[in-house]
Order: sequence, then structure tokens, then C-alpha cells
Amino acid sequence: MSEPKDFPDEAASKAGSRKKGAKEGKQRAGAAPGRDSKPEWADGLKRLYDSVVDEPLPDAFMDLLSRLDDDKP
Amino acid sequence: MNKATSDSGERRAGESFKRELTAVIPHLRAFARGLCGRPDMADDLVQETLLKAWAARDRFEPGTSMRAWTFVILRNAYLTDMRRARFRGEYDEGLAERILTAPADQEDPIHLGDLHRALQTLPPERREALLLVGAGGFSYEEAAEICGCAVGTIKSRVGRARAALTSMIEEGKIPRRHADDAEAHRAILDELEQVSTGAGTSPPD
Repeated sequence: MSEPKDFPDEAASKAGSRKKGAKEGKQRAGAAPGRDSKPEWADGLKRLYDSVVDEPLPDAFMDLLSRLDDDKP
Repeated sequence: MNKATSDSGERRAGESFKRELTAVIPHLRAFARGLCGRPDMADDLVQETLLKAWAARDRFEPGTSMRAWTFVILRNAYLTDMRRARFRGEYDEGLAERILTAPADQEDPIHLGDLHRALQTLPPERREALLLVGAGGFSYEEAAEICGCAVGTIKSRVGRARAALTSMIEEGKIPRRHADDAEAHRAILDELEQVSTGAGTSPPD
């Protein structure tokens, strides 16, 4: 069954305006029409990634790095 | 070269390696989180990667990309762990919601939690290709190098991944439950066999 969309109208209008912006602002040389062009959610993927990059590093990593020194004779 | 000189050279090389390694940890965490879905397991994977990278540091060529080099180690560790089924059915729903909430000032037609869940349903080789190119900002060529496959293969995987996510998002068929994952996981393991036995650059582990 279809999931209800939270904000169908808003999403549609935004998707529309973004698509327009992408067309005008960005030329993707060699991109095949249709499927190969960047979809609307593409920047969301980048944001997912960046949100983790921007997290403060847990202490466990600094602990581990400091232990790396000790394996040298 | 006498021993003292070589020791201090080695020490310096070790220090500079470690600085570079430290700098890529946030990227390793982001890549790992995208690959395996769960933050705790992703961080375990990153720790494993750091240890392997450190053990293999002699094989790192200074001046080349530490991020690309460590990503190779991480994806190989991930594939190995997947084969051992360490990640089987472990996806924690709700985690993405808590962690990946978009900033309040940023209205967004796509819910990031949905996107994250949708991403987890992709076969691993498509997921990693999309993560590398679409999130990590690697070129197709660099991604091909990391995955040990042809550039055309990466392009095709990215294209398929994008098409799958687009249709999931457009049709509102974002998975919400674990039950779906078990099914997806079996398919993933099947495909994994092909990925891991395929020709690849020899990993530094």
C-alpha cells in the first residue's frame, strides 16, 4: 500500500523549483537525459554524509590513536 | 643508513601518517555509517580500519589520497564482516530519525531518515558506489579505483542506485521495518559473493 506523503504539495513545488534551478545553474556535460541526471534527493545524500563528518569525534578514536604509538619497540 | 637515522625517519613517517589518518576519521565514519546503517557498528568498522591501516602503513604512498586508501580498507573490512553476517538484521529503525534530523531552518522535501533507510536496502556494491560518488565527492574514476572495478561499472552502479532510490522515494515505498531487511539481506548476501570474488585491487589488509 502506498505510504502517505507528509507534504505532497510542498514537496512537489519544491522539487519543481529545484529542478528548474538545476537545469539553469548546472550543465552536466555528457549526462544522459533522464535517469542519469541528479535526482532531487541528491543533496540529501551529501547532507547525510556531511552530518556524520561534522559530528564530534568520540573519545574512543583518540584513545585508539594514542595506543597506536605504543606498538613501536 | 645507520639504525638511528632510519629509526628517526621511521618515527617521522609514522607521525605524519598518523596525522593524515586522524584527519580522515570523520570521513571514514560517514562512509561506514552509510554502508552499514548503524552508528555503533560503523564506528567499530572504522576502528578496525584504523588498526589495519596502521599495520599496513608501510604500504601507503605519501602524497596519495589517504581518504581513498583507507576507504579501500574499510570497504573490504565491511564486505568481510557482511559475509560473516555480523550485520545481519541489525538495522535499528529510529536511529536514523534521531541522528539525521535535518536542521530546523532547512526545509526539505526529502526526509533524511527516509533516505538513509532507502539507502540501506540497496545491494552493497551499489550503495557504496553511490556513497562514494554522491556523498563522498569522489570522481567515477576514483570510486572505480577504490572498488577495484571498471569506471563503467561504477557509473552503472551509481545509475542503478539512483534509479532505485528515486523510485522508492517518489512512490513513497521507503522501508520502515526490520521484517523487510531480512529479505533484503538474503539478496544482498547473494550479490556479495559476486562482489567479493570479483577482480579487485589488492587491499592493504
